[in-house]
Amino acid sequence: MGVEGIGARVVRKEDKRFITGKGRYVDDIKLLGMTHAHFIRSPHAHAKVKKIDSSAALKMPGVVAVLTGQEIVDDKVGNLICGWAITSKDGSPMKMGAWPAMAPETVRFVGQAVAVVIADTKNLARDAAEAVVVDYEELPAVADVHAAIKAGAQQLHPEAPGNQVYDWVIGDEGATDAAFAKAANVVKLDVTNNRLAPNAMEPRAAIAEYDAAEEHFTLYTTSQNPHVARLVLSAFYNIAPEHKLRVIAPDVGGGFGSKIFIYPEEMVALWASKKVGRPVKWTGDRTEAFLTDAHGRDHVTHAEMAFDANNKITGLKVKTYANFGAYMSLFSSSVPTYLYATLLSGQYNIPAIHAEVIGVYTNTTPVDAYRGAGRPEASYLIERLMETAARQLKVDPAALRRSNFITTFPHQTPVIMAYDVGDFNASLDAAMKAIDYAGFAARKAKAKTEGKLRGIGLSCYIEACGIAPSKAVGSLGAGVGLWESAEVRVNPVGTIEILTGSHSHGQGHETTFCQLVSERLGVPISQVSIVHGDTDKVQFGMGTYGSRSAAVGLTAILKAMEKMESKAKKIAAHALEASEGDIVIENGEFKVAGTDKAIAFPMVALAAYTAHNLPDGMEPGLKESAFYDPTNFTFPAGAYICELEVDAGTGKTSFVNFVAADDFGRLINPMIVEGQVHGGLAQGIGQALLEHAIYDANGQPVTASFMDYSMPRADDLPSFNLSHTTTLCPGNPLGIKGCGEAGAIGASAAVINAITDAIGKNNLEMPATPDRVWRTIHAA
Amino acid sequence: MSTVKLTVNGKAVAVDVEDRTLLVQLLRENLNLTGTHVGCDTSQCGACVVHMDGKAVKSCTMLAGQADGANVITIEGIAKGDELHPMQAAFRDNHGLQCGYCTPGMIMSAIDIVHRHGGELDETTVRHELEGNICRCTGYHNIVKAVLDAAGRMKVSQAAE
Repeated sequence: MGVEGIGARVVRKEDKRFITGKGRYVDDIKLLGMTHAHFIRSPHAHAKVKKIDSSAALKMPGVVAVLTGQEIVDDKVGNLICGWAITSKDGSPMKMGAWPAMAPETVRFVGQAVAVVIADTKNLARDAAEAVVVDYEELPAVADVHAAIKAGAQQLHPEAPGNQVYDWVIGDEGATDAAFAKAANVVKLDVTNNRLAPNAMEPRAAIAEYDAAEEHFTLYTTSQNPHVARLVLSAFYNIAPEHKLRVIAPDVGGGFGSKIFIYPEEMVALWASKKVGRPVKWTGDRTEAFLTDAHGRDHVTHAEMAFDANNKITGLKVKTYANFGAYMSLFSSSVPTYLYATLLSGQYNIPAIHAEVIGVYTNTTPVDAYRGAGRPEASYLIERLMETAARQLKVDPAALRRSNFITTFPHQTPVIMAYDVGDFNASLDAAMKAIDYAGFAARKAKAKTEGKLRGIGLSCYIEACGIAPSKAVGSLGAGVGLWESAEVRVNPVGTIEILTGSHSHGQGHETTFCQLVSERLGVPISQVSIVHGDTDKVQFGMGTYGSRSAAVGLTAILKAMEKMESKAKKIAAHALEASEGDIVIENGEFKVAGTDKAIAFPMVALAAYTAHNLPDGMEPGLKESAFYDPTNFTFPAGAYICELEVDAGTGKTSFVNFVAADDFGRLINPMIVEGQVHGGLAQGIGQALLEHAIYDANGQPVTASFMDYSMPRADDLPSFNLSHTTTLCPGNPLGIKGCGEAGAIGASAAVINAITDAIGKNNLEMPATPDRVWRTIHAA
Repeated sequence: MSTVKLTVNGKAVAVDVEDRTLLVQLLRENLNLTGTHVGCDTSQCGACVVHMDGKAVKSCTMLAGQADGANVITIEGIAKGDELHPMQAAFRDNHGLQCGYCTPGMIMSAIDIVHRHGGELDETTVRHELEGNICRCTGYHNIVKAVLDAAGRMKVSQAAE
């Protein structure tokens, strides 16, 4: 490992611009002649749009246009799509209701846009929006899955009878029923996985510009995957063909999944920029984020786990209702199916699993992937079940987990996934040691003498990321391939540009990707720059989500580096009059092994471009590209243990210790990996204790600002105690598994297991607010 | 419209703005100081924190006119040329930022915290004092470390002056 190579705690290159206020986010960009958009959004959860009267607004100063849903439909801008086809158990395709970018006839959630005002300034657009009169005819609304599936419930979409999108199954029902028939013990659990609002700190924004002479659009947008945005906007939304559309995602202030999707506001900005002949900018405010950014989670589940007389798991049955909101967002269909149910084996040998997932429409904001996407729901369910089982079977929760751990690899689960490698005992050992598990009983007894209820909770998670082998996901219904692409461009003076389809919105790619180059060439990272987030610069890309940037994106860079190095070695060998096989790369030099003959890397680069003395037949230049398609998912896993105290008088929870022992395979930059875990843990703990996107029975959101939705703040959280165990991923040459989502996947169960341990009652739903905990303690 | 006269990062400026203009709008839109961000509109998240007459304020929650005659310092104005403010350096060295969006407000709040506590800070106090600044990326762990680190550095640099 060099000082800036793989494994080094290199301070981030990108930080300088962020700490000096020089970051460049979408809202920081101004274009000549730019107009501003303000959307008129439905105040009703379900209503017919009878009439839109914009006559008064159009007379107001600075108003350029008021455009409606009917106009965008008339102009044949495509409806929003869902890119993963799921088939119900009866063989029928999922039932999709039409989702136009602005609603021409019917609104189905509070916040759905019906029209947009375009004006010279943001304030003038807002003023004019007040003067647009929309006549709605209210319809009854269904606000949650229970209401949606009731007989006689109000129907949302004619295409989806019973408000049902699909009824999907996985696993072997017969084998699972047989296991339950023979079970010595059965453990049952009902859990609700609370709906969350992603809340990246930068609200979504878009600026669209149309060049009439070239018939070409440019879109600046807050995206995790600009190439995917270009593909979808071109192929499905009829905005412009791909060569006439440039998508730029500059600095993006957090994503967490919510900026994967292509939203109506981006479509409208593009369409409107052509209509009004001026650039159109839209920047969302926080309430718009709560109303329109795709939410996460929102499952209602009943599960049963069967055990034999030796406390070995013999079967698992799961039935989950997943709330999709009013429309199917871009990847929503895959989240409670292939990203959730395929992880239901957890870290355990479970011979038979059967899961049924029923997706339903409700009059709420669409739900899609949010940090972890399906895996947090699976992990929470399994780890709550294991804790419940330990209590019911009266065995130590750590011992029950150990006796059921998968210990040989590869391991084929009954739910598609083939775990390639892992050591679950190692991570549990590390976590138990870090928290002094053996000493807990004494600490609990001491806390009791001080009037505090102390609890400890475990969570042994596994997840699938490094998303994903294209052929495998294609066979399961995905509409896209999930490879990544990279280009290594060596300049004539030897500096290097890495062009990547991955997108950094906080992950630190500008540092970690350079570390790979430094490791291989021995050059300082100051000689390397990372280019990303612009479809005109980077050839192709699938973007950043599913903890895929290192496992997939960095591997693509490695493949391109290997091609570049191979050519550079030929050039060096020719210059040094040596054999190519004798050339080694050390400290920025190409050397003839075992001699003092060497040529510096910049001289190799220069030779490639002067082309005065290249091997016969070699093309000039030193620039190579590669696509990498992974062969399997990767399987990060670990053990989290939370120790906390509950004040029985108030129901308030206080952390004593939170330890996380993760196995992410090889770490490129441990400092950045730790930062990813910290952030993930905060989101998992936020879900467990604080966060809940709530709708009333009429579908009105009651938590649509930071005044009402409880975001984790510094004094809600402890400092974390992290460690790593390592089994290298065999599926990619760098041995990387990915670390972006683990914290959010594993943390929630540890917290709820700890609180329920402390209060001695097992049934407690998230978020475990003081009110809810107090009521649970004092319930009869 | 009114003319607001103020000093921003040491420079006297006079800006004609609508009376309803917020301080953050004046900074971002009129002066192109886009380091100050808007994250919530309800005075909760702190992405917009700047210093006015030596105190941290949320620039999304006051009118530009209220800053008339004031001395305002933004994130762009705390480094001395290429020499970072100790709080900026501490955020970088402790990996106290990821996406960078909350960072300017965090740094401006954190400097104010250190000033108010005279550098006598512990983890509990820092966590309590950061209540008005929300970060979604870092889980606050490294932000707290950075503020404590910077408190030490600021003490040293103050002693040296």
